[in-house]
Amino acid sequence: MVEIKDLHKSFDDLVVLNGVSFSVEMGQNMVVFGRSGTGKSVLLKCLIRLMIPDSGEIFIKDKNVLNLNRKELNDLRKDIGFLFQGSALYDSMSVRENLEFPLIRNFSLEQDEIDDRVHRVLEAVDLSDAIDKMPSELSGGMRKRVGLARSIITEPKLMLYDEPTTGLDPITSKEISTLIVDLQHAFKMTSIVVTHDVLCAKIIADCAIVLDGGHIVHEGTIEELLTAEDPFLKNFFSDEVINNNGRD
Amino acid sequence: MKFQKDKLFAVTQHRLSSFFETLAGLSIFSIRFSKEVFLPPYEGVEIRKHMIELGMKTLPIVGVTGFIIGLVMTMQLQPVLQRFGAEAFLPGAIAITIVRELGPVITALIFAGRVSSGIGAELGSMRVTEQIDAMEVSGVNPFRFLVVTRVVATTFILPILTVYVIFISLVGSYIAVVLVQNMTWEYFTGRVIFAVEFADAVPGILKTFIFGYIVGIVGAYLGFNAKNGTEGVGKASTTSVVASSLLILIFDMVLVKLTLWLWPTVK
Ligand SMILES: Nc1ncnc2c1ncn2[C@@H]1O[C@H](COP(=O)(O)OP(=O)(O)O)[C@@H](O)[C@H]1O
Ligand SMILES: [Mg+2]
Repeated sequence: MVEIKDLHKSFDDLVVLNGVSFSVEMGQNMVVFGRSGTGKSVLLKCLIRLMIPDSGEIFIKDKNVLNLNRKELNDLRKDIGFLFQGSALYDSMSVRENLEFPLIRNFSLEQDEIDDRVHRVLEAVDLSDAIDKMPSELSGGMRKRVGLARSIITEPKLMLYDEPTTGLDPITSKEISTLIVDLQHAFKMTSIVVTHDVLCAKIIADCAIVLDGGHIVHEGTIEELLTAEDPFLKNFFSDEVINNNGRD
Repeated sequence: MKFQKDKLFAVTQHRLSSFFETLAGLSIFSIRFSKEVFLPPYEGVEIRKHMIELGMKTLPIVGVTGFIIGLVMTMQLQPVLQRFGAEAFLPGAIAITIVRELGPVITALIFAGRVSSGIGAELGSMRVTEQIDAMEVSGVNPFRFLVVTRVVATTFILPILTVYVIFISLVGSYIAVVLVQNMTWEYFTGRVIFAVEFADAVPGILKTFIFGYIVGIVGAYLGFNAKNGTEGVGKASTTSVVASSLLILIFDMVLVKLTLWLWPTVK
């Protein structure tokens, strides 16, 4: 489904990604761990060509992402959902308009079908009452859920989550994680989840990689990583378990 | 002393280079605009929405300013013209000044203050909260949806506002005249229409399209490329006002020279 080969990305003289390679199979949920500022968001943005890597190759559904023309890129993007770190809801639009936006603009659907989908995804994230609210009236957890609803409304095959639970209280973050897994099953999606929330990862992950210093320093199942004797991992996870929330 | 001099030099150098960087970036942004503005989909609904919103937002303030400018200018000019025994030229002189210069430039400067900063802040906050990225990912071209619509709206709403301001300032001017002497509105407007020629009115209005474009493109450029969180949004907003006002005045200077050359006033 997704294959990344030897990705490099720097900003001026700051090297962020220094040869990252991995692959994700269809239907798999891959978690990417890493401290703040290790380039997790940069990695996700390269995947969907919001940022252009300096070198390396990215294949999604066997398409070479970096070589696609505008039209092909847009077609590919229709099959990909992206949940941004801060939800990125459109401030000037109501929840309904936020959800309709990608549909109206890119899919030729009847208004009935659009309404139907809006109601379905809002039900899935348990926010049917909020349909006519503005984003500024929603709490952080609700915004995350609307963001989630907006990214699955196009029924993507691949979902990219950038820290879906960061900044939320433990209960809400558990709810969101469970929601992600449920949606995963309901819509049969493949996903890549960037996080440093171990609890969230335990609920979601089939496999995980750990990013540090521009490289992948470990990969395996989440249990393997948590029980590993490696000092870096022990340190990383003990810190993260104590304060796995509220960081950026 | 030497140290301070070096520091001053470094600061100046930094300022200058960032000034030219902005100017270069703005030019590239403008070129991109002129490419994308003619490509479908045409966002007619969005453009209309922005025009109405921006027009409504500035209508009261430019109206009040225009009225006061007309009034005060007339109060100042009347005794002067009287001194030269040229009182009869008062309506014409005021009208020409307002139509050629004061109306367009003052409207544009106020518009810059209100609208350029607004666009800078709005797009800036959409940039730093990743709303622009989200739009891009959902297959919508954010440049066309956010930038083109706003710049087209500012380009076409400013001339309309200017015509309105010119009218309001003539009303202000008339009121100032009536305060000191008897004159009917018909006579006043008759004198105005007699005095103002094609070569006064058309360049005066035409240049406001350019001013409107400047206001839109500067705000959009700085907002669209905002960085560094909320601080960057504030910077985009304030820099927009300064940069667009300055550009308006510079372009005004050039355009005045150009119109005088194309349509000489003295034959
Ligand atoms: N557009 C950018 N320009 C310059 N530097 C950037 C940009 N985006 C990210 N960086 C830098 O890249 C590094 C990784 O950022 P990011 O991927 O956001 O980290 P995180 O792992 O917390 O998501 C940071 O040091 C950040 O400052
Ligand atoms: Mg991040």
